[in-house]
Amino acid sequence: MTDPLTPPRRKDPLVTTHLGHVSPALRSRAATAMAARAGQGRFVLQVCDDCAQATYPPRDRCPFCWGALHWQDQPNGAVIAAQTTIRSSIDLFFKDHLPWRIGTARLDAGPMATVHLHGDVGRGDRVRMELKLDRAGNPALFAMPEKETPHMADDPQLRVFTADPKYRRILVTDGRSATGQAVAEALLKAGAKTVFLGNADPLMRYPGQDRIEAVDGIEPVRLSLTDTRSIEALAGQLGGRVDIVVNTVGFTRQGGVGFGGNLNNLQSGLDLEVTGLMRLAQGFAPALSARSDDGDNAAAALVDIASIHGLTGRAGFAGSSATAAARLSLIASLRGEMAQTGIRVISVLTGPVDDGWHQNVPPPKTTAAQIARAVVTALQQGQETICADEVAKDVLARWQDDPILTIREENK
Amino acid sequence: MGKFSTVRQPYDNVVITTPVTLPYVRFSDQSAHWWIGRALRALVDGSGIAARDIDGFCLSSFTTAPDTAIGLAEHLGLSVRWLDHVPLGGASGITGIRRAARAVQSGDCDVVACIGADTNQRGSFGNTLANFSRFSQDAVYPYGAGGTNASFALIARNYMETFNVSREDLGRIAVAQRSNALKNPHALMKDPLTLDQYMNARPIADPIHLFDCVMPCAGAEAVLVMRQDTARACGLAGAKLRSSIERHNARSIDPMQTSGGWVEDAGELYSMAGVRPDDIDVVQTYDDYPVICMMQLEDLGFCKKGEGAEFVRSHDLRIEGDFPHNTSGGQLSCGQAGAGGSYLGLTEAVRQVLGTAGDTQVKGAGLALVSGFGMMTYTKGLSSGAVILSGDGA
Repeated sequence: MTDPLTPPRRKDPLVTTHLGHVSPALRSRAATAMAARAGQGRFVLQVCDDCAQATYPPRDRCPFCWGALHWQDQPNGAVIAAQTTIRSSIDLFFKDHLPWRIGTARLDAGPMATVHLHGDVGRGDRVRMELKLDRAGNPALFAMPEKETPHMADDPQLRVFTADPKYRRILVTDGRSATGQAVAEALLKAGAKTVFLGNADPLMRYPGQDRIEAVDGIEPVRLSLTDTRSIEALAGQLGGRVDIVVNTVGFTRQGGVGFGGNLNNLQSGLDLEVTGLMRLAQGFAPALSARSDDGDNAAAALVDIASIHGLTGRAGFAGSSATAAARLSLIASLRGEMAQTGIRVISVLTGPVDDGWHQNVPPPKTTAAQIARAVVTALQQGQETICADEVAKDVLARWQDDPILTIREENK
Repeated sequence: MGKFSTVRQPYDNVVITTPVTLPYVRFSDQSAHWWIGRALRALVDGSGIAARDIDGFCLSSFTTAPDTAIGLAEHLGLSVRWLDHVPLGGASGITGIRRAARAVQSGDCDVVACIGADTNQRGSFGNTLANFSRFSQDAVYPYGAGGTNASFALIARNYMETFNVSREDLGRIAVAQRSNALKNPHALMKDPLTLDQYMNARPIADPIHLFDCVMPCAGAEAVLVMRQDTARACGLAGAKLRSSIERHNARSIDPMQTSGGWVEDAGELYSMAGVRPDDIDVVQTYDDYPVICMMQLEDLGFCKKGEGAEFVRSHDLRIEGDFPHNTSGGQLSCGQAGAGGSYLGLTEAVRQVLGTAGDTQVKGAGLALVSGFGMMTYTKGLSSGAVILSGDGA
């Protein structure tokens, strides 16, 4: 049985912060390919084109017939054949997380694998394997109880691989939108201790303000991503206390490139979403990174919500899609930087959002509730990329299959 | 025997001479190159054979990077016509001897210096662990970074539960080896070890506890391999190589390792030497962990699979006992000098059959068996090998 997590105690300012070490990060290219799929929450192994047998660890040719290998979703059941508790390690990260339990799993898919063990599983147990990302963004096989157990998500070893909102203090950058408010409430519902809710213009009232600001756990803060000074001020004030940052800002306007585009809108969008993202990262990434391995108080993630059409462009929303593209690119680079410091960088991808700026777009559209759910799920699972709804999923699947075709289709 | 196998040629009169053990140290600020150079000097001093007459060089080491055997040949001024680098960890010594034996037997060269050596600088052991193999780097080390201790813990746990082996059973092996080590002035472990101390030791990765583990250290082991006529011309006593086996990645589809490659080849090991397990006077197994020693006792035919625990309960594994085993104290008590550890049993066995083992000498040791085991690149030790040696007169 997992002991329920207790609310972390107030940090003693005299105690040295535990440095943000990450687990050993050197990997082969094949293992990195596995990580890319792990980040999407998939359970994949390599399968041979010729003999169809699954293999693990990641290889470059099939060990049974030397055929070519491709990644494929696999059944995620397994049985634990042996287990041990590591009580001594020379690695700086694991040294501070001992004792650490690992086991040998006989995967239903075939191969044997060395895996991390949830506290509720041991030798002989049937387990549900999850392919997680470790703190350094590398693939990690994690054996979960086959059925939900009490306080399962609170397992201290599991929490190393997730960014669960429970008891965490979270900054949501823009509370003026329905999306920001839905995200804030969902995070509190998922156990967040405090949500600092950004407001770029405290002198202007916004819809839903009285309701959301009255919710227990919400702390309104002044924050404008177009204003470097406001970010510096807030980071100075909250940097050491924020564990997760969720960037909910958006600036969507309809328009083409040669026809109907508005340069001011493009510039406003770029300033808020792209330059704003860099301002936000520069303000908060160092503080998050410094606290990435600080026990139950550890900082865990930065989440960015952007349109799936950043991958493809989109007819009628050319400027906004270009902005999203730049945003996704910055996030990819930031993810590489933060992998070295142990902070998960998460992209929540949306279809056209069901708001005032997409009135002309026929359904299905992405609701604020769907976005909020995706944010919470990605944090709880420790995922890197998650689609908020079926539209985003559809575009992503087509883009992964044939990017050039999908770009063409989305711009018709 | 494989589909195309023929009867193997005997090692006619190939001998192993001049066993060299450079006393180990826990940490060394010297490089592996330094240790290898010292080992070469000791071989030359010990044999009286001039450096220019060493025309074969076989090296095993984890810590020469970026150099391999050729880099070391240049570094140490060796000009040879036969060169080999054997990167097989604990199986390196056996494999190196086998290859060198065929080289001198065929006349490809005349005198091979076989050296296993490693340095141990502070922190270098971690590098070896983290970069040991691609599978280890991708799929073992990031799982708690417990090193080989964690990997062998999984094997040991499974083995102990499958064959009903207790920690006490494994402790007998470690305790007997420490008793042997107390007679070996070079052993790093100088204090007696009781079964109680073994049982109450600090856990490292259950069921592996402190005295199941070897202590990484720096050191070198070396021998010369040559034809008997060469040895006689130089006035050197040599241990005859009677038979050998080697196997890699055996039983790769077994889910968990409960045996090594020896099970495939043990019959050939004895038949080639024309002896039976009962005839062996002294046994040197590869002791990275006591459980692996027990596995070898079974796989090499001293008892049946699953009877290893009963075997160690009913035999005395000390020098003076009825089954002298790892008479130098083995790596568990001498320390593990990296790939040097793969030669530890060999140098000791050569001394045993030549009657020059000093305080660790087993009376009347005519036949010795030495086995090697190495390369835990993922979840199994991949390489295994063994040789049988006899004294000059045999």
